[in-house]
Amino acid sequence: MNHYKYILRLADNGLINSQRLTEWTGHGPFLEEDLALTNIALDILGRSKLLLEYAAKIDNTGKTEDTLAYHRGERDFFNTKLVEQPNGDYAQTIIKQVMVDYFDLLHYTELQKSKDETLAGIAAKSVKEITYHYRHTSNWVLRFGLGTEESNQRAQTALDELWRFSGELFYTDETEQWAIEQGIAVNVNLFKDKWTKTITSLFAEANLKLPENTFMQSGGKNGLHTEHLGYILAEMQSLARAFPMQKW
Amino acid sequence: MSDSQGPLWEVFVQKKSGQPFVHCGNLHAFDKEMALQNARDLYTRRMEGMALWVVLSEHIVASSPEDQGSFFEPANDKIFRHPTFYQVPDIIKHM
Repeated sequence: MNHYKYILRLADNGLINSQRLTEWTGHGPFLEEDLALTNIALDILGRSKLLLEYAAKIDNTGKTEDTLAYHRGERDFFNTKLVEQPNGDYAQTIIKQVMVDYFDLLHYTELQKSKDETLAGIAAKSVKEITYHYRHTSNWVLRFGLGTEESNQRAQTALDELWRFSGELFYTDETEQWAIEQGIAVNVNLFKDKWTKTITSLFAEANLKLPENTFMQSGGKNGLHTEHLGYILAEMQSLARAFPMQKW
Repeated sequence: MSDSQGPLWEVFVQKKSGQPFVHCGNLHAFDKEMALQNARDLYTRRMEGMALWVVLSEHIVASSPEDQGSFFEPANDKIFRHPTFYQVPDIIKHM
């Protein structure tokens, strides 16, 4: 059960992150960037597909990647609250995504050493992709921060809004503790300092200030979400639920 | 989509190490790094290459169609410029 839930947390974080990012498809700031972000979203979806497939296999009660993606309710999704937050303007999307990308980069780099060979394999495939994602989004952070007064202000507003969701990336509980002891999971707190240091100095380089005295949100990893997830699921799942056994 | 999409860049892709960089198209970007990343996303998603060049389109100096006669046609009747009497060794692959 712990194993299954741990894999679902990884899978859901990617699935919801990807679903949110694809809302930009066709609406990006300009054609090339529209394609770039859609491409990133597609990489993340590909990783989640493998993870959901694996979760279904571990659960071994006849679920599939599709039933997991399309026939679970809000309380059964275990993604962090950060990835379900609205895209806002492009600065907000980038501020959110750079935090996710750098976390994923450190996380999946470590996960390559997992004793769970399937996870280690998925991690190895993902690290190269994520390295590129982080390069892309961290570049954009600098452009926004060092661009114009308005672009800096938009990025700052986004950071003020989203920083409180960053703490949950490092939230661990007995599920994760069990998986760490088995050598399956990565102890994310081992690279918390590195993450904080790098992200903080990136924001500082971009002339952005971290909000102070932030109360960190959590709960997403146990199915307690902000109001935004329900809307994402409604859109993502409506077709599959209206035509349950349909193929296309 | 905004009206201002940045300047135009030309993209060159090298299929394999040692081969020439071949022009494959262009794109919009606001700076060098963005141009390189956009080139990667637009032109190498399907294993088209192993290396990329991007250059601002305005930095390319091009001959104009009117120049064709004076530039290129004088070569038409000078086939002696082809070094056809040399033996090319088999190991030379890309002449």
